Amino acid sequence: MEILRQIQADPRYDESCRSCLNCGVCTAICPAAGYFDYDPRKIVNLVREGDETTLTEIISSDLIWYCGQCMSCKPRCPRGNVPGILIQILRTVSINSGLFAKSGLGLQQLVLKRGIGHNILETGYCIHPTRVDPAVHPEQGPVWEWMSTNADQVYSRFDTGYDKEGPGLLRKISPKALGELDRIFDVTGCKELWRKIEDGAAK
Amino acid sequence: MKQYWKDYQKEIADDNYFYVRSCIRQNFFPGAENLFIDILKNKLGKTVFEDAEHTTCTGIGYHTDVVPLETTMTVIARQFALMKEKGYRNMIASCVTSFGLYSEVLDMWKHQPELKEKIAGYLMEATGRTFEEPENMVHASDILYKYRNEIASIAKYKLINKTTGEPLKVVDHIGCHYAKTFPERGVGGSEFPQVLTGLITAWGGQTVDYPERRHCCGFGFRNYLVQPNRGYSISQSKIKLESMKPYEPDLIIANCPGCSMFLDRWQYTLEETEGAVYGTCGNKIPVFTHEELAGLVLGYDPWEIGLQTHQVPVEALLDKIGVEYNPDLKYTDRQGNLIGEPELINQHVC
Repeated sequence: MEILRQIQADPRYDESCRSCLNCGVCTAICPAAGYFDYDPRKIVNLVREGDETTLTEIISSDLIWYCGQCMSCKPRCPRGNVPGILIQILRTVSINSGLFAKSGLGLQQLVLKRGIGHNILETGYCIHPTRVDPAVHPEQGPVWEWMSTNADQVYSRFDTGYDKEGPGLLRKISPKALGELDRIFDVTGCKELWRKIEDGAAK
Repeated sequence: MKQYWKDYQKEIADDNYFYVRSCIRQNFFPGAENLFIDILKNKLGKTVFEDAEHTTCTGIGYHTDVVPLETTMTVIARQFALMKEKGYRNMIASCVTSFGLYSEVLDMWKHQPELKEKIAGYLMEATGRTFEEPENMVHASDILYKYRNEIASIAKYKLINKTTGEPLKVVDHIGCHYAKTFPERGVGGSEFPQVLTGLITAWGGQTVDYPERRHCCGFGFRNYLVQPNRGYSISQSKIKLESMKPYEPDLIIANCPGCSMFLDRWQYTLEETEGAVYGTCGNKIPVFTHEELAGLVLGYDPWEIGLQTHQVPVEALLDKIGVEYNPDLKYTDRQGNLIGEPELINQHVC
């Protein structure tokens, strides 16, 4: 399918890109535009122009991976567009087409899939104290190192249910719940997406 | 009340809540959620239920583009199914990212009922469960906002400097996904959110307005989670901290667990890397979550609600308010045994 048709087929497309007057308010408010050479106004414009060659170039490039997903663009857009959601759609199309692997930033999806993605299916949490290693998170500081090193004692101070089945703080998610998550990831296409990330990165 | 303010008021259910926890809050502010539940149950007399079978909403995975929309929607539908099975209709989300996603999913289902039907099919196929949408969907900070005056009436402390008698200057930071995604779902909308300023003023403090008040904390999802990308994240927090510094805030509060963590941790990193300090008297600015602030004014022990898990030390602030605490119990376990101490961070007295 053509890139533009894939973008427009996404159920989020209508809310992300109704019409655009090219005012640039989204770029003015965008934290990523202040940090990177990045212009969400231009992205919206290029998607609306719909040139297949240009769209292929965009979803093969670093350009679609700068957005920090804060959605600050949404409330300020006079037309109710959400460039941050349009970016999500472009990223989805980029992964599905395998073109993400042509971008250095796009290739980082492999790290995220093996980190956050696997955390979800293995622990039931996006992040878990056992998986925030102080060695790769020096910015977390000495208090996190203390918490991480003494996790059982620190977390149990606040809830004796820590890492045990039953309700409570950082409870151990039951095998039944993890099984349901696993099946959801299967039937809704997440595992297929992960296969594409692994295959694309391997090439 | 003028119409444009009416547009940004929201219905907040008054009892019988189904509570879903936050991945980030549990990791980095481990006392906050149990504190919130305790306040609801034992200070406000409310019924709140937590189902052990609920999981992450997948929000961080969704916003890092490793979990597709339909997967996230189905996981959220499962949370709704658990709520229905237990007989509840009012949901409280602890996490702002979750709250924003729940709001987005409900909005998409409203406009695309065929999508909701598709997700119902996925949920049935994967789990055998059926779901109903919540009647009332709020963030935990909304509940404290609703009952801010009741909390004030039983508070032990006020947000007042005990020496000068002046109100503390408190920065409110609203998580982007609380109201930027759906302004009508946030108290006060996204431009003039009231949800935290309401707490600050009801509990005796003074809010701080500053130029970058609405700027993102800089989480940025992939822009933090991938180590080489973190320059983006710290730069955004730095923009905020530099902007608020001239107003000499005593305290920052945030309703998003990610924002609370980043504004806390990046202050440490900025001091380590640049020698930059943004508070007064050479101290960094303590960062509290909305639950922790409620717990503080209600007189909970600071170490029982987890204030020792902050990187920015809180003692100077506790002394400023006159909060009683035992320094010897800061780094102890449940039985009072010393666990060991993190590297000491110097604190200065004004």
